[in-house]
Amino acid sequence: MVVQPEPQAPLAVEMAGIVKRFPGVVANDGIDLSVRRGEIHALLGENGAGKSTLMNILMGLYPPDSGEIRIDGVPARFHSPRDAVNAGLGMVHQHFMLISRFTVTENVILGNEGASFTLDRRAAERTVGETAERYGLRVDPKALIDELPVGMQQRVEILRVLYQQSRTLILDEPTALLTPQEVEDLYDILLQLKEAGHTVIFITHKLREVAAISDRVTVIRRGKTVGTRETRETTAEELAELMVGRDVRLHVDRPPSQPGDAVLQVFDLHLRGKGNRDVLDGLSLGVRRGEIVGVAGVEGNGQTELVECIAGLQKPDSGTIMIQGTETTGWNPIELREVGLSYIPEDRHHRGLVLPFSLTENMLLGNSTFAPFSSGGRIDYARTREIAAKEMAEFDVRAPGPETPAGSLSGGNQQKFIIARELFREPDVILAIQPTRGLDVGAIEFVHGQLVEERDKGRGVMLISFDLDEIFDLADRILIIYQGRIVGDFPSGKITRAECGLLMGGKTIEQEGEPIRV
Amino acid sequence: MADFFDINLLKAILRMATPLIFAAMGGLICERSGVMNIGLEGMMLTGAFVAVLGTYYLHNPWWGLLCALISGALVGLIHAFWSIGLRSDQIVTGTAINLLAAGITIFLCQRLWQQSGRSPQVETLPNVTSGVNVLVPIAFLLVPVVWYFLRTTKPGLRLMASGESPQAAESVGIAVDKLRYVAVMTSGMFAAAGGAYLSIGSLSLFTRDMTAGRGFIALAAVIFGNWMPIGTLGACLLFAGSQALQVQAQIKGIGISTDLLLALPYLLTLIALAGFVRNSRPPAGLGQHPTTH
Repeated sequence: MVVQPEPQAPLAVEMAGIVKRFPGVVANDGIDLSVRRGEIHALLGENGAGKSTLMNILMGLYPPDSGEIRIDGVPARFHSPRDAVNAGLGMVHQHFMLISRFTVTENVILGNEGASFTLDRRAAERTVGETAERYGLRVDPKALIDELPVGMQQRVEILRVLYQQSRTLILDEPTALLTPQEVEDLYDILLQLKEAGHTVIFITHKLREVAAISDRVTVIRRGKTVGTRETRETTAEELAELMVGRDVRLHVDRPPSQPGDAVLQVFDLHLRGKGNRDVLDGLSLGVRRGEIVGVAGVEGNGQTELVECIAGLQKPDSGTIMIQGTETTGWNPIELREVGLSYIPEDRHHRGLVLPFSLTENMLLGNSTFAPFSSGGRIDYARTREIAAKEMAEFDVRAPGPETPAGSLSGGNQQKFIIARELFREPDVILAIQPTRGLDVGAIEFVHGQLVEERDKGRGVMLISFDLDEIFDLADRILIIYQGRIVGDFPSGKITRAECGLLMGGKTIEQEGEPIRV
Repeated sequence: MADFFDINLLKAILRMATPLIFAAMGGLICERSGVMNIGLEGMMLTGAFVAVLGTYYLHNPWWGLLCALISGALVGLIHAFWSIGLRSDQIVTGTAINLLAAGITIFLCQRLWQQSGRSPQVETLPNVTSGVNVLVPIAFLLVPVVWYFLRTTKPGLRLMASGESPQAAESVGIAVDKLRYVAVMTSGMFAAAGGAYLSIGSLSLFTRDMTAGRGFIALAAVIFGNWMPIGTLGACLLFAGSQALQVQAQIKGIGISTDLLLALPYLLTLIALAGFVRNSRPPAGLGQHPTTH
């Protein structure tokens, strides 16, 4: 039974006319936010809209230049996070602030150990265990953080906030690192917290989450509040328009695919991972010209290893990989680029870019041995700079110029730049793994549009995503990966989300009397 | 063979282990707080010198020890100011401290006593039993104290949190930099006590470079002991044991090359540092700073 908060419930948090300037930018330009006691309030906005700044002001990390904050109707002025915690606020950070070598209990009590010089671990473990149980968090107080999956680690963060006796919880992009199942569990936890009378502020840029969990939603754009709505009374389209400031295509329009010859073929790939587990267990698949093949699956079922084997970053133990009819098993990345492979990596900070390098220098990654970037062993920086500038204009990469360090760009702009670079040499096969992870609606629209455009130019696209929406939006053919094998292969439209979910979980489905296997 | 492993060998091991334990406990506290301390050697050497200096002028080795502890804290303060306050490279700062200590002690020996590279004889701290100085049991007592501090106290938990993730520690309101200053200064004091043991405990004078790499061996012991007090103690005993064996072997005239025996402790250190320590895991925040807003 879900308790609906009274429409006239007292306000737990009120922020009025908040302005915050940083050198060169106005991060918050008069934001109003009213959160009722006992509700789940979504704070929706694109990356860089000023959500995090607003919450950091609320948590006392920095003071606003002007504006007023009231907690339970009482004007408040916080000078440090401690003041905010004392006023009953608590924050769950996007990047967890946990110490991996400490136990759950040690992390929860850190900073709130009590007045005594020595610690009573036993008592602390008991209290932490009781708090966890009360809210259905099911975390072992003695477990080491290291040994917990990401979803559990997040619960430890929530537990810490509850341990501080916070009545209002702020969650900053809490689903960014979670698997779909963990997201469902998080929703359950939030509903329990609500029932227990807590107030939740849920920062997100995903419309689906707003609809799934919130009672009300406040949308901010470029540092200004553009509206607050009852979630029940609004639509995804309205929210998207409020958030981006223009009409957004939430779904990709694409004509049916016209697949041609196979450009990428994988036969019976085996790879043994850590602990002698088969990470790839006889995996086979094919991608043809002019189609997007979506590989759906829960994270950790061999997707990363599959891509790395194809991209030449790992060597499979056995099996064959062919690009345009040439066997390329075990080739190195440069050789693979020569036969027309492009790779949009999963982790743009780790693999896609050298963050302290300029965009010009990043343009050279993987391209430095090819004309027109170099000739006779000499890199042509002037030419590279020109190309970088031209590509930036074409792909709408917003940065002061090609000499800007890659690390200073927003995630969306970094991703656009990587795509610009990877498409520059007109590849035949494009590997994209989680290409929109962490991006906002506008950037996702752009990336998706690019992938469809490449498809229409007759290129083969292999898209790996943990986000079923993305797979169903883009893929012409949907493959399901489970424990290192492809366990299903369907043309789009011939499988439902529910069936796909079953296969992803290792179950089989009956369709027209026949269990589907490949 | 029975007379090879006699009570004297045991005493020798205890004696050899003492300066290592002091310095290693200092290094452990420092590194667990997240600051690398390659300057242990210099801190020990400073302590060894100042202990003699204090004893010479104040005519009491206990006052000499106190002076050594203060000097260690001050050298620690230098390391802390540069590596925490100014955020400079901690390896460079530590190396500078080692060079500074080596040079300044020789210089002062010359200036104060007109002796090149040594001090006059001074009174030593008393022995608790023949051949065992009072600092020996104190060193061994320090290990459980450090263990208890880290394991069960509030500042101990906060110190380890600063060493594992200064960002996380700061986010829960811990004053990371302040805590680290105290840790580095404490580490200097402990290392200086180890140095004082060499000059006014086992010997009765200061000689140039008398620490002879013990600061580095202590650091290796911390790594070998996986940044845990008990493990570090074990590593110190292992290194001390190899040194004591070498001395004993020379006395008893065992037919192994002296040079080889002399090299043994250093060889062990190298092996420890070079990868026999696969399972050893340094504090994750070693050398990192909390973000500043």
